[in-house]
Amino acid sequence: MLDRPFQHPHRRLGPRALGLGLGLALAAAPVAPAAGAPAPLSGGRPDYASYIRSRPNTVVVYDGRVWVRHAHSAIPAFARKYGLACSACHTAWPELNAFGQRFKDNGYQLGNDRDSPIWQAPAYWPIAVRTTPQWRLERTTHQPIDLVPGDTAGGVAEGTVTQSGFDISGADLLLLGTLYRNITFGFVPTIDADGTVGIEAAFVRLDNLLKSSWANLKLGKFELDNLLSEKRIVTLSGNGGLYQSYHFVPIGDATTFGLGDNQIGAELMGHSANSYSRYSLAVLTNTSGEPGLTASGAYDGMLTLSQAVDAGRLGIERLGVFGYVGQRPTTFTTAGGEPVPGTGTNHKRFYRIGAVGDFFLGNLEFLPFYVHASDDKYLATGTPVGAPLPTGAQSPIWNGALLETHFYVGTQLLLIQRSEIVRMARQALPDTPKSLGNVDAFTFGVRGYPIMFSRAGLAATAEVAFSKTVGGVPLSGDGVGLPPLAPDTDVWSTSVLVAFDFAF
Amino acid sequence: MCQRRTKVSALGSAAALVLLLLAAGGGRPAAAQETRVDGMRGNAHAGAAAYRRYCIGCHGPAGDGNGENAQWIEPKPRDFTAATFKCRSTPTGALPTDEDLYHSVSRGFVTTNMPPWLPLPRQTRVDLVAYIKTFSPRWASPGARTPLAIPPETPVTVESILRGRALFQKMDCWKCHGTTGHGDGPSASSLTDSKDNPIRPYNFSTGTRFKCGETNQDLYRIFMTGVDGTPMPSFADNLRPAEAWDLVHFLRTMQRLPTPEARLWQAWLPAHARELPPLGPDQSGQ
Repeated sequence: MLDRPFQHPHRRLGPRALGLGLGLALAAAPVAPAAGAPAPLSGGRPDYASYIRSRPNTVVVYDGRVWVRHAHSAIPAFARKYGLACSACHTAWPELNAFGQRFKDNGYQLGNDRDSPIWQAPAYWPIAVRTTPQWRLERTTHQPIDLVPGDTAGGVAEGTVTQSGFDISGADLLLLGTLYRNITFGFVPTIDADGTVGIEAAFVRLDNLLKSSWANLKLGKFELDNLLSEKRIVTLSGNGGLYQSYHFVPIGDATTFGLGDNQIGAELMGHSANSYSRYSLAVLTNTSGEPGLTASGAYDGMLTLSQAVDAGRLGIERLGVFGYVGQRPTTFTTAGGEPVPGTGTNHKRFYRIGAVGDFFLGNLEFLPFYVHASDDKYLATGTPVGAPLPTGAQSPIWNGALLETHFYVGTQLLLIQRSEIVRMARQALPDTPKSLGNVDAFTFGVRGYPIMFSRAGLAATAEVAFSKTVGGVPLSGDGVGLPPLAPDTDVWSTSVLVAFDFAF
Repeated sequence: MCQRRTKVSALGSAAALVLLLLAAGGGRPAAAQETRVDGMRGNAHAGAAAYRRYCIGCHGPAGDGNGENAQWIEPKPRDFTAATFKCRSTPTGALPTDEDLYHSVSRGFVTTNMPPWLPLPRQTRVDLVAYIKTFSPRWASPGARTPLAIPPETPVTVESILRGRALFQKMDCWKCHGTTGHGDGPSASSLTDSKDNPIRPYNFSTGTRFKCGETNQDLYRIFMTGVDGTPMPSFADNLRPAEAWDLVHFLRTMQRLPTPEARLWQAWLPAHARELPPLGPDQSGQ
C-alpha cells in the first residue's frame, strides 16, 4: 500500500516537550480550530501540527505509548517478599482482587508485624520488571495518503493503512514497598521502546495515621484512586490497552487531562479493615502529571467513594462513585513574548463525574463504568480569557460508558471482552456535527497464565480491538492514525496483538 | 496435507484446553465432617478452588505444608495432614472447631507469612475450612469438639498483675519467653515444634497481636488450650481461672501497647520497682 513506512508524526515529540509546548502554545495564542478535524492546508492535507496542539490529551496518550501505562501493575517483588502466588492478590494479574485491594490500601502491607524491610533478608530488593515482547498489527481506515508517494504537493486521498510485525514494549521498573512499618514508597521509572525514560510514579505514603486505617496520606506522583485501574488493565493492544472514556476530550478541546494518567499531588485515603468501604480525597497540581513548576497556582481535586458487599459464593460486589474537578489556565505571563511556565491565570474548569462497579457472578466478573464530563467553553475552544469566543461557543458535554467482562477459567485462563462508547451530548460550537468525536470501541482477548507462583509471572495474551471515532483518529496507545479528510467520516482502527507479558 | 495438519492442530488445542479445564477443576477432596460456621455450610469442592488460588503456594497441593514457598518461610506453613492446630478453643490434643479454623483463616498469624484473609467472602473462608478438613482422616471420625468456657475476666488491678508476675516465675514462663517477655529465655534457642523445626517463643515486646487473637479472652484461651504442635503447653490442669486472668494481666504489661494493664503497671512501678524480686533463675518472683 505504501512504499515507505507510515510514521506517526506524534512520535517526533517527547511527552515532556509536548506538555510544555502545549502550555506555551495555549498561552501564546489561541489555539487551534475550535472544532472538527485539523485545519486543511493547501491541497487538502491536514495540518498535523495544528491537530496535535488541538488535541493535547490525545498526543500525550499517543506519544506515551500504551506500555507506559502498565506501570504499577503486577509486582512480583511483593510475592517474593511474602511468599504468595500472583493469584493471591490478583484475579488475573495485573487486576487486583479483594485481597490485593486491601493489601494495596494498607500500604502494601499484610499487617503481620513483618512488613518492615528490617525483617527481610538483606538480599531482598523490592524491585520487579515488566515488559511485553509481541507481534502486532495496526490498521486504520480513512487515512490521508499522498497520491504520489513522497510528493506533498500532489494531493492526498483516503486509504487504509496497515502495519504489522514483531515489536517490543517498553519496560517498567516497579520499585514499591515499605521503608518501615506504615511508611510506604513507590518509584516507577519507565523506559519506552524507543529509549525514552520517564518517571511514572514516585511517592511516599504514611499509612494508618493515628493508628487508623481511615487515614493514609500519600504525596508525590501516583495513579488516581480509580476503581477501574488503567494501570492494571488486562488488555494491552494499541486500541484495547486504554479506556477511551478516561482520555476522551472533544475534538478541538485544549484541556490536558486523563483520568488514567498519573497525577502529582497529595491524597488522603481511608478504608475499613477489609477494604470493603473506601474513600479517597486528592489535591493535585494542574499539570496533568507533568513534573516541574509549571503548575499555575490552581489545583485539581478528586473524590472517590466505594462500598463492597459480601455476596457469598457470588463474590465481592463493589460500587463506587468519583468526581474530578480541574482547572486549567487560559493565559500566561509572558517574557519576550513567550509564556513563563507556571504563571498561568484566568483558569477555567472542567469536571468528570461518574460511577464504576465491580460485580462477580462466581467466575464471571462485570466491570461497568460511566462518566459524565464537561469542559469550560474557553478550554473547549482554546480561547484565552479576554479574547472573543467563537460565536455561539458553549461548554461541551459528553458521556462515556463501558462494560468489561472477565470470565475466569480457573486461576490460569482469562477470557475478556470490553465494549465502550463515548457520546457527545453538546458540542462547543453549535454548527459542529453532533456526532463529531463519538467513539465506539470493542476489545476481545484471552490471557493464559502458564506459570503461577511467587517468583515471577508470565502471561500469554492474544487480543483484537476495534475503535471507531467519528471525524477523528481513534485514541490508540500506539498512535497509528491520522484524522480523516472530512469531519463526518467514521474512522476505524483495528489492533491485533499476540504477546508474552511477563514480570519478574 | 495442510488441512490434515490443521485438524491435528485443532484436536491438540482442544485436548490442551480440556486438560487445562480439568486442571482448573481440581481433584475430588476426601470426605470429612460437615463444616458449618455462623449458619454457612462449607463446600470442600468450592474450597479446593480457593485453596489453589490463595493457599497452595505455602501449604502445598497435598496440604502437607510443603508448598513451593515453604523453603523460604519461617515458621513453616501448617501441615494439614497432621491435623495439629495451634489456635483452638478446644482442649489440647483435640481438633479445633470449624469456627476456630475460620477465625484463623480470617485473622492470619502475626509474625508469620500467613496473612489475614479477611477480604475474602465469608463463604469462601468457610469453604476453605471445609477443604482443609479433607487433608487428614482425623476429620472423618465423629466426635464432639467442645469449646473451652471462658469465665468472666477478673478486675485489672496492680494486685492481679503482681500475682500474674509471680505465676510467670512459678510456671517457668521466663525460661522460654525471657524475663522481659522478649522471647529470649535460656531455653528459647533450643525449642523445636512437633516437626522438629526450630521455633521461637513469642516475643511480647514486638507483636501488636498474639498468634491466636488480640483480646484478653484470646490470651486466656491460649493458656488453657496450649498451642498444639509447639512447646507451649496447656495450663488447664495447673491454673485456676482467676490465676489465668492474673497471668493475662501481667503479660499485657510486657507489650508495647497502651493497654489498661500497661498503663496501670507503669503508673505503679516507678515507686515500687525496688520492692519487686527479679524474675529468672532461683528467684521467687514474689
